[in-house]
Amino acid sequence: MKVVTLLMMFFSSFLVGEKTVSTGYQPGDKATDFKLKSVDGKQYSMANYKDAKGFIVVFTCNTCPFAVKYEDRINALAKKYKEKGYYLLAINPNDPAAQPDDTFELMQKKAKEKGFSFPYLVDEGQKIYPQYGATKTPHVFLLDKNLIVKYIGAIDDNTDDASAVKEKYLENAIAALEKGTEPSPVVTKAIGCSIKVKKKA
Amino acid sequence: MIKKAVHYLFVLLFVTFSVQAQEKVTVYDTYDDFAKNILIEDENIYVINFWATWCAPCIKELPYFEKLNAENKNVKVILVSLDSKKDLDKKLIPFIEKRKLKSKVLLLADKDYNSWLSKVDADWSGAIPATLLLNGKKKQFAERDFENFDELNQYVNSFINL
Repeated sequence: MKVVTLLMMFFSSFLVGEKTVSTGYQPGDKATDFKLKSVDGKQYSMANYKDAKGFIVVFTCNTCPFAVKYEDRINALAKKYKEKGYYLLAINPNDPAAQPDDTFELMQKKAKEKGFSFPYLVDEGQKIYPQYGATKTPHVFLLDKNLIVKYIGAIDDNTDDASAVKEKYLENAIAALEKGTEPSPVVTKAIGCSIKVKKKA
Repeated sequence: MIKKAVHYLFVLLFVTFSVQAQEKVTVYDTYDDFAKNILIEDENIYVINFWATWCAPCIKELPYFEKLNAENKNVKVILVSLDSKKDLDKKLIPFIEKRKLKSKVLLLADKDYNSWLSKVDADWSGAIPATLLLNGKKKQFAERDFENFDELNQYVNSFINL
């Protein structure tokens, strides 16, 4: 009886583990660089930014309501921090076969309509987001110039209302980086849309 | 006189119906308030699904939860909406009425996600749908969706038999 119970626990933990254990980056890990196509048709890599002090990698998409609520804030952050040497790169991780709102053409349309001041990249073949461990949109990773992960999570603490934000997690983390200290909090959580993957038949 | 009575009757009916609609959805402004009232450790098996009206994969799997609630008498399904409070009358209640949802629906309006997501489960990054199973001290959480009813039913049954 005991053996059966143990076996069941073993197998069920295996089943659950497969689905939930996150294998992405933790703060302190070195992030992978990438070469991804942007809405302007050009390829972008972090290695191309020779003068960078850091990178803001934002996994986002066209229509997730929480991503849409952050569009203007992401655009403002990109403009503000580009001047300080921190480059914002947005990556759309959704498979357009699973989420038809996220085709390359619709990404181009979105970028044009919203006047995106940053590269809006396609995660072609969905190879990059699993390495980072992004699970949702929006999902932010702050990297230093050596691509060491310094902060993971939300942009701030109020999705609904930019004017009611009490804590600007991402900006505080960049400020800490500037001062040479460690961000606190180093990881935050927020609700977002799950990343869309085409189900295997 | 009759006209007046009919008028009152209509007012009464209207009030009754609007109260009913309101009663369908309890709003919890803080996570702690929600946890105290909903995350109860007793003999029941609670299937607590976190969703929102704007979340397409959540809406897709709602019928499976409805079926589970109807067919498995041992299980109590609770649908925790993470919609905005301002969308309660505009979106959530019309959605519940249109879909004729029978499971208990409530609105968790605590927007300080970073303060409470880890309390539900340390591994929850915040993607929805996500589902918490609760039975006494036994607890299981998954940040995932379910492809069909059988998948959900098997998942819940294996938890019950743990």
